[in-house]
Amino acid sequence: MSAPPPVARPRPAGRLTARVSRAGIGFVTPFLIAFALVFVAPLVYSLYLSLFRTQLMGGTRFVGPANYAEVFQDPKFWDGALRVMLFLAVQVPVMLALALLAALAIDSGRLHGKRFFRVALFLPYAVPGVVAAMMWGFMYSDRVGLTGSLNDLAGFELLAPYTRGWILPSIGNIVTWEFVGYNMLILYSALKTVPTETYEAAAIDGAGQFGVVRHIKLPAVRGALVIATVFSIIGSFQLFNEPQILRELAPNLIATSYTPNIYAYTLSFRGNQVSYAATVAIVMGVITALIAYLVQLRGMRRED
Amino acid sequence: MAGYSYSRPRKSVTLTVLLGFLVVYSILPLTWMLFGITKDQPDLLGSFGLWFGDSFSLFSNLREVFTYDGGIFTRWFVNTVIYVVVGAGGATLLATAGGYGLAKYRFRGRKAVFAVVLGAIAVPGTALAVPTFLMFSEIGLTNTMWAVILPSLVSPFGLYLMWVFAAEAVPTELLEAARVDGASELRTFFTISLRLLAPGVVTVLLFAIVATWNNYFLPLIMLNDPNLFPLTLGLYRWLADASGIGAAPVFHLVITGAFLTIVPIVVAFLVLQRYWQSGLSAGSVKQ
Repeated sequence: MSAPPPVARPRPAGRLTARVSRAGIGFVTPFLIAFALVFVAPLVYSLYLSLFRTQLMGGTRFVGPANYAEVFQDPKFWDGALRVMLFLAVQVPVMLALALLAALAIDSGRLHGKRFFRVALFLPYAVPGVVAAMMWGFMYSDRVGLTGSLNDLAGFELLAPYTRGWILPSIGNIVTWEFVGYNMLILYSALKTVPTETYEAAAIDGAGQFGVVRHIKLPAVRGALVIATVFSIIGSFQLFNEPQILRELAPNLIATSYTPNIYAYTLSFRGNQVSYAATVAIVMGVITALIAYLVQLRGMRRED
Repeated sequence: MAGYSYSRPRKSVTLTVLLGFLVVYSILPLTWMLFGITKDQPDLLGSFGLWFGDSFSLFSNLREVFTYDGGIFTRWFVNTVIYVVVGAGGATLLATAGGYGLAKYRFRGRKAVFAVVLGAIAVPGTALAVPTFLMFSEIGLTNTMWAVILPSLVSPFGLYLMWVFAAEAVPTELLEAARVDGASELRTFFTISLRLLAPGVVTVLLFAIVATWNNYFLPLIMLNDPNLFPLTLGLYRWLADASGIGAAPVFHLVITGAFLTIVPIVVAFLVLQRYWQSGLSAGSVKQ
């Protein structure tokens, strides 16, 4: 290219801006390419797949929204979907309450060995979900684990993790164990952002400990709590690893449609119904995003 | 109340004991595992879980883990390291450059990129896994290492963390000064910005390492060949062997293998634990 005509007023700032914004695009492009390949493309592809149906006879044909209609009337899908909703309605509040109590306790400065508590509680997050599920799975069992010993000690069947009524709480316990420390640290980090002067002012005003918790600390963690809730909801809807591992140890209790994710997995890898599996995944994804969005909307609303 | 001091509150034994229960809960399975790795199969079935058994089989367990099935455990270990180095390393690189670009440059479509990526955090990862598998199988990528590595390269959450971090850690005036001096943007990034971004980079790297080291669902659907398995999937294979019909008595190998799987990640976590917090606070403050 030739140099700009000398008569025109030189605009170095404009050219610099153009160069700089090109550089900005350059920094983001590698991520975007990978994002398009492993995020956008599969999403589009699954939308496409969900509009077709493969039959033993007649091959693949376009069926429009028929797969979606089928999902909404599929008792197996609803069985799993309602189960994860029940799961999250109980497990998420219990886990976050524990995490909040721990964060407040550590932040209060009234613990002996606060660093130890922080590290020990966060440690399970580093343990792979598969290993966590295996350890608890063994511990639940009568023969290998602790349940037998505990029941012997009690003299009656105090705990029976591998029964129809207890298997879901048993899974909830594993998930809680894995993520209580992670959520504790998110909430604790939010508490650390409160300036010391705020506490000093509260102390001068004669606020007691519980007053400080109620009027300063809880409002301070509100945003972090909403984020933790949203992440936990997304996690619950994706429930797969823990029940799938426990299936190996208690095959009769966990069906192939136990959670929507296990159902989608079974459909595509055992049943060869990929279109229908894609539809299940999409419907579940939309429900998840919707609920996560609603929670965020409600949680972020300013309370005056 | 008078005498209540915020800088130095009185330590509370009650509170310490109460939270102690939560710690016991946190380390109970790990304690059980530490006793478990010293037991052979009969002891595992017959002795109390939180104490030693009749035999002390730790060393024979370790030996057996590394020799069972033609020593495939070592192979799984190496595979996991490859997935972590390439996957987590690549994810960190892409997230760092991307987050920096979004935070420090103005260009068209920037807001759109940010909105899309933020939305992507809410997309359930497993909802993508099945379609990704189908797509990869069309182009012949399934049952290769790339099938596990490529999807782990993208971390929307990592990009978000880096964006938040870069916005505050790198002063815009510094970049402008470098521009006046005639430094190229890439050069500025490597010589100036990257140093300022280091704490954020370590945080994103740590999250990526845990995510790839613990990855299970993706390899489960992508891989058939046991020679490509990461540790998590290999352990699952052993567990399935140990508990099915006509089971091989290898529970002790599952437990010892599980122990060896968590040792490196727990060590990495303890050594670098102060970085976790800075990353989490960066993520939770801004919304």
